[in-house]
This record gives sequence, structure tokens and C-alpha cells, in this order.
Amino acid sequence: MSANVKLTEEFLRQFPDSKGHFGQYGGKFVSETLMSSLVDLENKYLALRDDPDFKKEFDNDLADYVGRPSPLYLAERLTREVGGARIYLKREDLNHTGAHKVNNTIGQALLAKYLGKPRIIAETGAGQHGVASATVAARLGLDCKVFMGEHDVQRQALNVYRMKLLGAEVEPVKSGTRTLKDAMNEALRDWVTNVDDTFYIIGTVAGPHPYPMLVRDFQSIIGREARAQCLEKEGRLPDALVACVGGGSNAIGLFHPFLCDEGVEMYGVEAGGHGIETGQHAAPLSAGQPGVLHGNRTYLMSDDDGQIMSTHSVSAGLDYPGVGPEHAWLKDIKRADYVSVTDTEALDAFRRLTLVEGIMPALETSHAIAYGIKKAATMRSDEIMIINLSGRGDKDIHTIATLDGIKI
Amino acid sequence: MSRIKSTLTALHQAERKALIPYITGGDPKPEWTVDLMHSLVASGADILELGVPFSDPMADGPVIQLACERALEHGTSLKDILAMVVAFREQDQNTPVVLMGYLNPVEKMGYQIFVDAAAKAGVDGVLMVDLPPEEAETLVPMLNEKSMDAVFLIAPTTTDERIQNICEHSSGYVYYVSVKGVTGSASLNEEEVSAKVSRIKELNSIPVGVGFGIRDAQSAAQVARLADGVIVGSVIVNLIAENSDDLPKIKDKIGSLVSSMRSALDQLD
Repeated sequence: MSANVKLTEEFLRQFPDSKGHFGQYGGKFVSETLMSSLVDLENKYLALRDDPDFKKEFDNDLADYVGRPSPLYLAERLTREVGGARIYLKREDLNHTGAHKVNNTIGQALLAKYLGKPRIIAETGAGQHGVASATVAARLGLDCKVFMGEHDVQRQALNVYRMKLLGAEVEPVKSGTRTLKDAMNEALRDWVTNVDDTFYIIGTVAGPHPYPMLVRDFQSIIGREARAQCLEKEGRLPDALVACVGGGSNAIGLFHPFLCDEGVEMYGVEAGGHGIETGQHAAPLSAGQPGVLHGNRTYLMSDDDGQIMSTHSVSAGLDYPGVGPEHAWLKDIKRADYVSVTDTEALDAFRRLTLVEGIMPALETSHAIAYGIKKAATMRSDEIMIINLSGRGDKDIHTIATLDGIKI
Repeated sequence: MSRIKSTLTALHQAERKALIPYITGGDPKPEWTVDLMHSLVASGADILELGVPFSDPMADGPVIQLACERALEHGTSLKDILAMVVAFREQDQNTPVVLMGYLNPVEKMGYQIFVDAAAKAGVDGVLMVDLPPEEAETLVPMLNEKSMDAVFLIAPTTTDERIQNICEHSSGYVYYVSVKGVTGSASLNEEEVSAKVSRIKELNSIPVGVGFGIRDAQSAAQVARLADGVIVGSVIVNLIAENSDDLPKIKDKIGSLVSSMRSALDQLD
């Protein structure tokens, strides 16, 4: 597959445009009360983005607090067992707090500091973004409130407790489907009420402009490192990139620095839930249509009347009916391919990576592993694949144990 | 001249203020909505805001979220809302109806199909909460082409530059959101509202309706002194929720609330 437009760095710099659009996607679809804050945030970010002091502070935090660069690890035993492409894992699970999410919260917390906002709020699904937000809040002495669907509070109890230990208030959201989308609704309601003193740290590359742009920029460290590491280890670029896609922040972080590298194929893996054909999934790029939710136009799972449909995934972090607008655009221009794997396939991949490599991936990440294994088997042994190991699976032990009928 | 403009002009000439109640279409039962609309007009409403239910009403507080849920339990769709306007127009050709809601149902139907159907149904204005003027460059001309008004929000946080831009894209009236928050959340601060509405009026001559935080006849009268119209939502929707099994009682309760607001508006000094 190749993109239907020629991608160059100069061309890519036009996205998002001044209104936050990636082609027909993105934009700022919010109620008027939030517009001024978004404009302020955009202006501040554009001014700071190339500011040497801001960059230095961000880079230092990533190095000394997060522990970057994260390794690019050749999964030799998995590669041997699969019998196809050489499989590398980009070890975002080794970051402080255990996932890629912290790359972004470090960046946004710095923005909050520069904007002088004493309070941060965040939405979370699996709790990784909530933990990463609570962590930076603790470090900077900011008040922090995290909105989390009641259903997710139950299935990610460990992360809820971590957030509380870090001094954050966790608000269980009881409206709607009680998952990530409802947490985001509630965070937007809080923000509109406390807009003067509150910075909203959105955890993914969705939401109104400038969030998809700035979260992408903060997460692109993943792909920049992976590109350089692959060149160093293999003397050439990879043939395929694989990452899971809920909102899509770890995927865009890996993909973005490779967009102009024509030979590099990209696979975003959505949550197929019980199977696309059952309708019980969270795969808007695979089975949805364009619409508007949470501040941006993107692919969505909505019914014939435009109501947002309830989603299903074993993974709380992928259980979301929308997706970042840049992914919607990359799908349309055919630069990236979006696929899905089922709950069962993801759970199998969780067990396989744990047993074969001694690495326990998050259930979100397990979707990328599952597809990566399938795809790698179809590739030649001299080809190279990088899978983004976006987070570690400690938080999911209870879910796995429950499925095994074990009480811990 | 649009029905909204002629209504507001006539009120202005009579030195009266517009009373603009909001209900969510389909709440508590779709078959009651048209009856409730007539009831609001009989109690003194000048313009009706009819809510299009949405699964994720992120600018609304719990009262209107629950109204959306009740309406959606009955499967109330945008098409159904338009059918309600058609039915309303069988008896009432004078009272303007503004559809208020979120963009996705309109996106799903398709802008042109929606605009044509709304015009045919007798809709007079459209207010999409999550559609600022910057993103409305396609929809506004389509609405105006069919003599419908695009109503936009102005908030306490809106800068002068944005106020001017919003007023230029709006017709009929602009909706000033009097408090930072979701619908039904807080009481408004009269001084702050007064200052901001005066500023809007310095910048543009379009009529200003004020909503959010109006709970009773007294707060309606306070706001009416400052603005051209008063928009009342959550307090009415709450009465519907409290009496959701009893249509006569809903009509009685919202009738006396709206009548008391009407009297208060008509007795301003």
C-alpha cells in the first residue's frame, strides 16, 4: 500500500492547518466558553514549541524523570517462533509510570506551568493517562482531578488506587456508558465550569485543536528515537510499524516521524472486541463513519440518527467510539492501514509475549502484539518490524486473573 | 424577514422582552412534545427552543443530560423532532422555533438534507452548541438561503474580537451564556451579565438573549432588564422530570412557571 499523495516534510507541516484541520478532520467543535482557552493554549504552545528553554526543560524531564530514551529491543525468541520478520519492541512500558502516556503529560504540565494554571484535570480509560497526570501534578504541586468511567474504575482498580496515592481526586463518572467517552464528557463539563484556573490535560490525539497537534508533538519522541535506533542497529529503516489505536496517541507518536519514509508501512490496530461483525467493538476506523464528537471531526461509531454508540473492548484504554483526526486523515490518504483484532486474539498475545519474552504487555498493547505476530509471519526474515510496546500489563492482572477464574 | 426577526422587532417596538423557554424534544414522551410546545406558547412564550436529544451532551448539566436520555429511550431522532415541528405548525404559524442541539445528528443526516427538511417543517433558527462560527462556514449560508437564522453562543470568556465575529455570523439573536459552566449549574451574577451584555450591544445591534442560571420570575426579570430576551431551560426540564408520568400536571406546573415569568417580564419598570 502506498499513500495517494506524496508526503514530504514541507507538505506535512501544513497539517494541521491554522484551524486545526487534517484534511476534512479535526477542528474546534466546542461550546463557546472554551474557545478563548483553546486559542490561548494554541498561541502559547506555538510560541513555546521552538523556544530553546522550553525544549530543554521538556528534554531534561524526559531523560531524567521518565528515563528516556526507551530501548528498542529485538524480541529474538518471539521472532524465531513466528518465523517471519525480525520483531523489535519499542519499550514504552519501561517509562516511569509504565506507559507512553507520561511523554505527553510531562509536556502538557509544562504548558500548564507556563500558562500559570494551578489545577489540572484529565480523563482516563485504562488509568494510565490518569496516573501519568497525577504523577506530574504531584511533582509540580498542582491540584489534580481525574475523571474515569465507573465501569473502568472497577476494572482498573489498581490504577485508581495509584492515582489516589499520588494525591489526585478520582471522580467516577456514572453517566452514559460509564467508560472513557463519558469521562471525557465530564472532564469537558468541569473545564467549562473552571476554565479560568484549570488546565485540561487530554490524554490522546483527539479533542479540539490544538490538542491533537500538541499531543502528537510530545509523543513523537517515540518515533524519532525508534527511527534513530533502528538505523543504528540495522543500518536501515524498518519495513513495518505496528501500534494499537484507541484515541491513537502511541500510534501517532511512533508513525509521525516515519510518514515521509515511503518504504515504511504502518498498521494501526483497533479493538475488535467480540468481532467487527457483532457490532460489539471499538473500531471506528475499521467500521465507523465521519462525524463530530469531543471537539473534532473524525471517524466515529454512531448510529443512523447520529447518536454515539456504546463500544466494547476488553481493554479500557481502547474502549472509545472516536479516534484522533490525524489517523482519520492518514486512513483516507492511505498512508496508514487500520486493522482490528478481537479480545480473544489480544488476550492470547498477552499470554504469548509474557511466556516467550518475559514481558507482560498492557491489554491495549496486546492488540498491537496480536496483529504484529500475524503480520510478521507473512514477512521475510530479512524484513524488520517495530511494534510499539506502549504500556506494561501490571494494571491488567486482575482482569486476566478473573478470566482465569482466579481471585487475587 | 425571518419569523424570529419579526417577532423580536414587534416586541422591541412594544417595549416588551422575549421569553424563550427550552424543552428537549421527546422528553418525557415524544407524543407529548407538541402539546407542551403549545402549552408554553399559551403561557406566554415568544420563541421556543426545541432541544434535539444527543447521547453525549457535553455542555449540559445533569438535568438536560437526563432529558436527553429519556427522549432517546423512546428513540427520538432528529427526523422525529422535525416531524414535531411540522405537527406544531398545523396550529401555530406565528411562534418561531429554534432547534438547539449538538452537531453530530445533523452531520449524520447531511447538512443540505437537514436544512431543506427543517425549512419545510417550519423551523426558524438553528443553534448547535458545539459548532462555533469558525466551523460553520458551510452550514450558515445554507440556513440563510432558506431564511432560517443561525444562532450562536457568546460566553463570559468571549473576547471583543470574537464577539464581533460571532455577531456577524449570527442572525435572529445571539445567545449569551451568562455563567461559566454547564446548563442548570450556577446562579448568574447580575453585574457581570450586565457588563458583558452592554459590551455586546456596543459592538453590534443584534438582539441578545440571555440564558443559563435563570430559575424563577425574579431572576428572569433581573436579566430582562439587561437583555432583549430571557432563555429558560433546566428549571422547566426539571419540572418535566419530576412529573414525567402525568401530562396534565406537567402542563400545569410549567404553565404557572412560564406565566409567572411572563408577568414579571411585562411589569418591568
